[in-house]
Amino acid sequence: MLKIDNLNVHYGVIHAINDVSIEVPDGQIVTLIGANGAGKTTILHTITGLKKATSGSILWNDKELTKEHDYKIVNYKMAHVPEGRHVFANMSVQENLEMGAAFTAEKSDTAELIEDVYKRFPRLRERAKQFAGTLSGGEQQMLAVGRALMSRPKILLMDEPSMGLSPILVQEIFKIIKELHEQGLTILLVEQNARMALSIADQGYVLENGRIKMHDKADELLRNDEVRKAYLGV
Amino acid sequence: MLLFLQSLTNGLNLGSIYALTALGYTMVYGIIRMINFAHGDFIMIGGFTLFYSIPFMDSIGVPKPFAIIIAILVCVAVGVLTEQIAYKPVRGHGSMTALITALGMSLFLENLALVLFGTTPRNVPAMFDLPNITIGNISLQGKTLLTLSIGIITMILLMIFVQKTTIGKAMRAVPEDRIASALVGINVNRVITVTFALGSGLAAIASMMYVTSYVSIKNELGITLGLKAFAAAILGGIGSIPGAMIGGLLLGLIEIFVKVYLFPSWYEAITYGLLILVLLIKPTGLLGRKDNEKV
Repeated sequence: MLKIDNLNVHYGVIHAINDVSIEVPDGQIVTLIGANGAGKTTILHTITGLKKATSGSILWNDKELTKEHDYKIVNYKMAHVPEGRHVFANMSVQENLEMGAAFTAEKSDTAELIEDVYKRFPRLRERAKQFAGTLSGGEQQMLAVGRALMSRPKILLMDEPSMGLSPILVQEIFKIIKELHEQGLTILLVEQNARMALSIADQGYVLENGRIKMHDKADELLRNDEVRKAYLGV
Repeated sequence: MLLFLQSLTNGLNLGSIYALTALGYTMVYGIIRMINFAHGDFIMIGGFTLFYSIPFMDSIGVPKPFAIIIAILVCVAVGVLTEQIAYKPVRGHGSMTALITALGMSLFLENLALVLFGTTPRNVPAMFDLPNITIGNISLQGKTLLTLSIGIITMILLMIFVQKTTIGKAMRAVPEDRIASALVGINVNRVITVTFALGSGLAAIASMMYVTSYVSIKNELGITLGLKAFAAAILGGIGSIPGAMIGGLLLGLIEIFVKVYLFPSWYEAITYGLLILVLLIKPTGLLGRKDNEKV
């Protein structure tokens, strides 16, 4: 269980995240929706230590993460698929996947893990030797997810996985998220595509100007008039 | 034929010195996008360390080539301290700040050497007592062939290190994407420190090659040699490790061949003219890549 309590984050004098509390129970998909600049990405960055919190706590299975270095997080069975994919553009697909497991403390069987990723994403096997920078947006997203899976995470933090993808690929990415969930992964999903996100999530949080504005079961939020007007374009 | 072979070994030897130095510039640039102007001065420090450590080793009965170990240790220490004390605190405060800090560090080291060693050039004692190698009527300097081999082997080892080892992979990953590097578990700060250590160690090897061939050193060695090595790194494509090697070797070969066969007093003008020409045709250098647009 991931438990964020009264989190505050500043960028200089700007109070980006204001007393945010979020719970992600094991085995659930929890989604964080909100407009551009609401602070969704900042929350994910703070969880994995890329950004330091001003106050508050982030507990992951009773482990406090706010004081941890970013590079240690991957060893706590937590993987972050960042916004914009962040693949290593001048390394091959295969190398990108190897990197996903190369720096984890646990020495696992890299070849076996890569085989699992290739089974899940056959497109990546076809492109194993290609530079990641030459892949299409959808393939890069698959690679980013595959690389995250290489560390055998229990929780996946996904930041705008559908960004910049064609409608068909958006469907495909959400299908993948559902599959990962069915296989037991806990997922914290940040999305601008609120309708898609809420349709696969168990719970949703609505973030506005760095504060939690609403929190409910995902299907309740889908029916909520305010949410429908502001985020679903109805 | 004799002249050609001698020019070739001299060119490769000088080129290896440039290449080893250029590697330090290019690796640091690759990882933190900063030109470490003090890097040339690390070679000067390596040279002065050899000036003292060669006789010292001799006096305690250790074979003189072992003096290079002391030079490597001193250079690595200076490189890592420079990074920790001068560069790390200003990291994230803009490239202009980093640039000025690096220039300041270079001037500091140079003037420190001026105070410590004065302006008189010093002649570094010979490190290797090797006979010349004669094949038929061709005679080549043994010490040049030896340092050239050491330089080339060092570069091959570096390539293997960067391609195969975990820390080498981290060194390639950080310049590509710092966020992704942290997320896969790379301690970015440590990788930066290792890069400085490695670059400074290579500078020590370069200083050994330099003093073996050119003997005389003074406090300004860092600027003259550093500037050319920096040009070599640009020629090969700054940020690219193979680029620095090729750029350095090319620059050394061109310089020697122009000097021997064309216009002895014009070699620098021609060398740099060629550099400008290459950059006009390919602004990213021979093996340089345009940075991929970040989405």
